[in-house]
Amino acid sequence: MRADVLRRWETLIVVLLAGVAVWASLAVDNFANASNVSFLLLDTTEIALMALTMTLVVVAAEIDLSVASTLGLSCAVLGTLWDAGLPIEAIMPICLLVGAACGAVNGLLVTRLGLPSLAVTIGTFALFRGLAYVLLGGEAVADLPPAYTSLATASIGPVPLATLLVVALAVVAGLVLHATGLGRSIVALGSNVEAAYFSGVRVKRIKLWLFVASGVMASLASLVYTFRYASARADNGMGLELAVVAAVLLGGVSIFGGTGTLPGVLVAVLLLGVVRNALILADVRNEVLNFVTGLLLVASVLAPNLGAVRRRRTPSPAEGKSVT
Amino acid sequence: MTTRTPWRPVALLAGLVLLTGACGGTTKSDVQQQQSSAPAAGASSAGANPNAPIKQGLKIAFLPKQVNNPYFTIADKGGVDAAKEFGGEGKEVGPSDASASSQVSYINTLIQQKQDAIVISANDPNAVVPALKQARAAGIKVVSYDSDTAQEGRDVFVNQASAEDLGRTEVQLLAKQIGNKGKIAVLSATPNATNQNTWIEFMKDELKKPEYQDMELVKVAYGNDDDQKSFTETQGLLRSYPDLAGIISPTTVGIAAAARYLSDSPYKGKVKLTGLGTPNQLRKFVKDGTIEAFELWNPADLGYLASYAAAALASGQITGGEGETFKAGRLGDHTVGAKGEVLLGKPTVFDKSNIDDFDF
Repeated sequence: MRADVLRRWETLIVVLLAGVAVWASLAVDNFANASNVSFLLLDTTEIALMALTMTLVVVAAEIDLSVASTLGLSCAVLGTLWDAGLPIEAIMPICLLVGAACGAVNGLLVTRLGLPSLAVTIGTFALFRGLAYVLLGGEAVADLPPAYTSLATASIGPVPLATLLVVALAVVAGLVLHATGLGRSIVALGSNVEAAYFSGVRVKRIKLWLFVASGVMASLASLVYTFRYASARADNGMGLELAVVAAVLLGGVSIFGGTGTLPGVLVAVLLLGVVRNALILADVRNEVLNFVTGLLLVASVLAPNLGAVRRRRTPSPAEGKSVT
Repeated sequence: MTTRTPWRPVALLAGLVLLTGACGGTTKSDVQQQQSSAPAAGASSAGANPNAPIKQGLKIAFLPKQVNNPYFTIADKGGVDAAKEFGGEGKEVGPSDASASSQVSYINTLIQQKQDAIVISANDPNAVVPALKQARAAGIKVVSYDSDTAQEGRDVFVNQASAEDLGRTEVQLLAKQIGNKGKIAVLSATPNATNQNTWIEFMKDELKKPEYQDMELVKVAYGNDDDQKSFTETQGLLRSYPDLAGIISPTTVGIAAAARYLSDSPYKGKVKLTGLGTPNQLRKFVKDGTIEAFELWNPADLGYLASYAAAALASGQITGGEGETFKAGRLGDHTVGAKGEVLLGKPTVFDKSNIDDFDF
């Protein structure tokens, strides 16, 4: 049992995070000061938020590549309605509804038509971003209320308020995944969907709601993003979906579903954030930075699966069991 | 297995929306009122000492829209060279994607590194402002160059040439080449690039003059400052308007991609191309007849001037107030204009006769 804990992927990346943090504190000037740590935490907010629900989606053996586009669409809706003169307090729930609707579109296409989520969300990835541009074009809506823009960057001591939001929602998502029947059902349908179905797991309904949750979380992230950068634009968050999926995989969630933990993913989000921040502070060029991040990812996808690949090569009693 | 439509939560949320809407809240006009009633924080000349010496060892960071963009590589090298001249230390840092949010990450790290000045070309005039305000609060001087930020984000804006000069002269250049007649198109960078859009407004205004009555601007296309996208957009323009007489591309990436497409197409020499480009990039196309003439300011000079402006601010020679002057090495004296703008000068036109005199 104890050996098992040590061998776990989560343990490995915690050690990696600690290692990188110690190295950065010693070797990189200004890394280990409160304002930098505060900024580092703030800078991971949107990725962390979306990674929470992405973890659940990937554990259920699905994927949502449309999150960043949902974020963009939600930003565009916010900008458009704000320009139209609606109060911001009314716009925010509308944005969440837009996110829910995006998630529902994904969820219905996956569950009702039985399409693979990879294909569906690559489609809606383009669709939602396209809609965002239809709404707002190339415009940037910037005159947002200072009360909210300063709230998005405010912090208590070195801890940004946005990070507290992440922590609160992470507790919820963690409890759902690891301490409820719903969480067990998600893991079950992710590891073997037929078995889960025949043992009474409401597969389609759970999947639909996971996509809705993913959409809502993306629009929540859009609110933080828009206020944090004080600019609502159709291209907000472009490319973030890759960072989110990266964090989830680096966090030890199997791309084939069925295994993964929420704490692991949160550590991975932090690890990617720390690496990025430290390398930028150390004046490492952006290309090297992307290379290092890529390397971490390849390693993270490879490492947990190396064992599985070896097992698959050597004939075993499990041979013949479908691996899909 | 059936999935029930989640009516209840939807109704609940909708109710909430109506409720908050009815109770009133913060709207765009509220914010505008607040802003107009707040006193404008204009820079004052108080505290500027034109005779103060440039401080030694100033740390100046150049934050372009995007690294590995040849234009910014040249401009930032000009800035770093200037820093060497006045005994400072210059460096270029920045994202490889041209997005506003990744620039913010860099601004924050520059604050941590306690730079003396940040020289930035903004991807989004507003999104970088909160971070730049923090930088200024930390005593860092901010100079925008090439593409301005909102005014409260910087001390001084070093402008390549007046937007008006650039917009109007590009139309004049093209009009001369097509005999003031025919359909024309613009191939721009991104739809929200501040500088491009201002130039395009001046182009449209110039086109209103009677001598251009036979010229018609049929489309503004966007290549997103991406080589491939600009190439396909050019292709698309000529497919949609086979009788196009000319293209203005006010971006170095766009004009090079358009020239490459034209030079290999039957439109070579027939469809005129002009805009903003660098001599090294376009020399071959000027020599093979694809391009007659194009223009640009000298980007190395732009970075050089921005570097001196940053040093002048950090040394207390100027504060960004109108009418203050500073010395910018080989470029001589420059004066801060209205809204903290410093002008580099009129654009240079490059053609067969002079292109070999320039190497950048």
